[in-house]
Amino acid sequence: MTEILRVDGLVKKYAKTEALKGISLTLNRGKIVGLLGPNGSGKTTLIKIINGLLTPTEGEVYVDGKKPGVETKSIVAYLPDAIYLNSWMTVKQIVNYFCDFYEDFRPELAYKMLENLNISPNHKLKTLSKGNKEKVCLILTMSRNALLYVLDEPIAGVDPAARDYVISTIINNYNPDATVLLSTHLISDIEQILDEAVFIQNGKIILHKTVEEIREENGKSVDELFREMFRWEGTGPFTP
Amino acid sequence: MHRILDKNKPLCPQICEHICLDVAFGELKPNERIKSVREAAVAVGVNPNTMQRSYETLEQEGILYSVRGSGWFVSENVEKAKLTLDKLRREKTKVFFNEMENLGMTAEELKHYIKEWNND
Repeated sequence: MTEILRVDGLVKKYAKTEALKGISLTLNRGKIVGLLGPNGSGKTTLIKIINGLLTPTEGEVYVDGKKPGVETKSIVAYLPDAIYLNSWMTVKQIVNYFCDFYEDFRPELAYKMLENLNISPNHKLKTLSKGNKEKVCLILTMSRNALLYVLDEPIAGVDPAARDYVISTIINNYNPDATVLLSTHLISDIEQILDEAVFIQNGKIILHKTVEEIREENGKSVDELFREMFRWEGTGPFTP
Repeated sequence: MHRILDKNKPLCPQICEHICLDVAFGELKPNERIKSVREAAVAVGVNPNTMQRSYETLEQEGILYSVRGSGWFVSENVEKAKLTLDKLRREKTKVFFNEMENLGMTAEELKHYIKEWNND
């Protein structure tokens, strides 16, 4: 079985706003997939539905053939777009917390990655900078031995040097049975490690291709194609 | 393999080219064991599937070979890699000459410049 995620005709309405307007998507195992779209295009809504945090208005989601629930949470490692950990806890306490929470958590891997980034396990989370907090969250997510990693903006807050580390963390943890779905708008930093790109706009998927296909067909990087497709069509820059 | 990849073109052929050059220049020796797919992917900063595809392409071309359970090695026949190097040199020379032509340079003038460049 190669399919890990299937989304069928997904619609999500928030009161009058339609955040997702019929999204269908299938992802296979062993792929790193970028979910790319401008702000407010529906990336986080889609990710939250995949993780069972929101219920869709219409449509279905299957993770490894199952609907989001307790069972899928044990095989999906999710990195939310906001920091959700208790700030009074030390990094070590949080690692222990994850050990208790997830059977597939690998504490030795987490400590090794923390050491590589010079983050002391004895520090309280609230004493860390925003970027370091984000790194801790990513380390915790990637330390699980999951089948589907869903990362919502994993590199937005970290400095360019640490981005390389984050990217190598993702490659290093790559496993042919697992798939990584990550949303970002920092495309040029991440496109080299992608297998596939999914462009989403106004709650619809407008392109889903392998990145090599994009480069071959357009003679452009994914970043450039993105800028072209989502170019701001106003009347020029704002002048007072 | 420290060359920079152009993200505007498919990465796989570029990686193949870089490995070919390393073999042709003797930086990678015949029967030498090269980096694993994952190590190479991390070093270059690309997706492991892209690296795997590059290695497989080079295997089909007879530049690398794989041994089940022990990894990837440089083929004994280095001529294949040298042919790629030669092809690349010809391509780049053609591009160079085309550009010089666009700058209005004749073959005679070009010889003059090459001489000057050799003397520096």
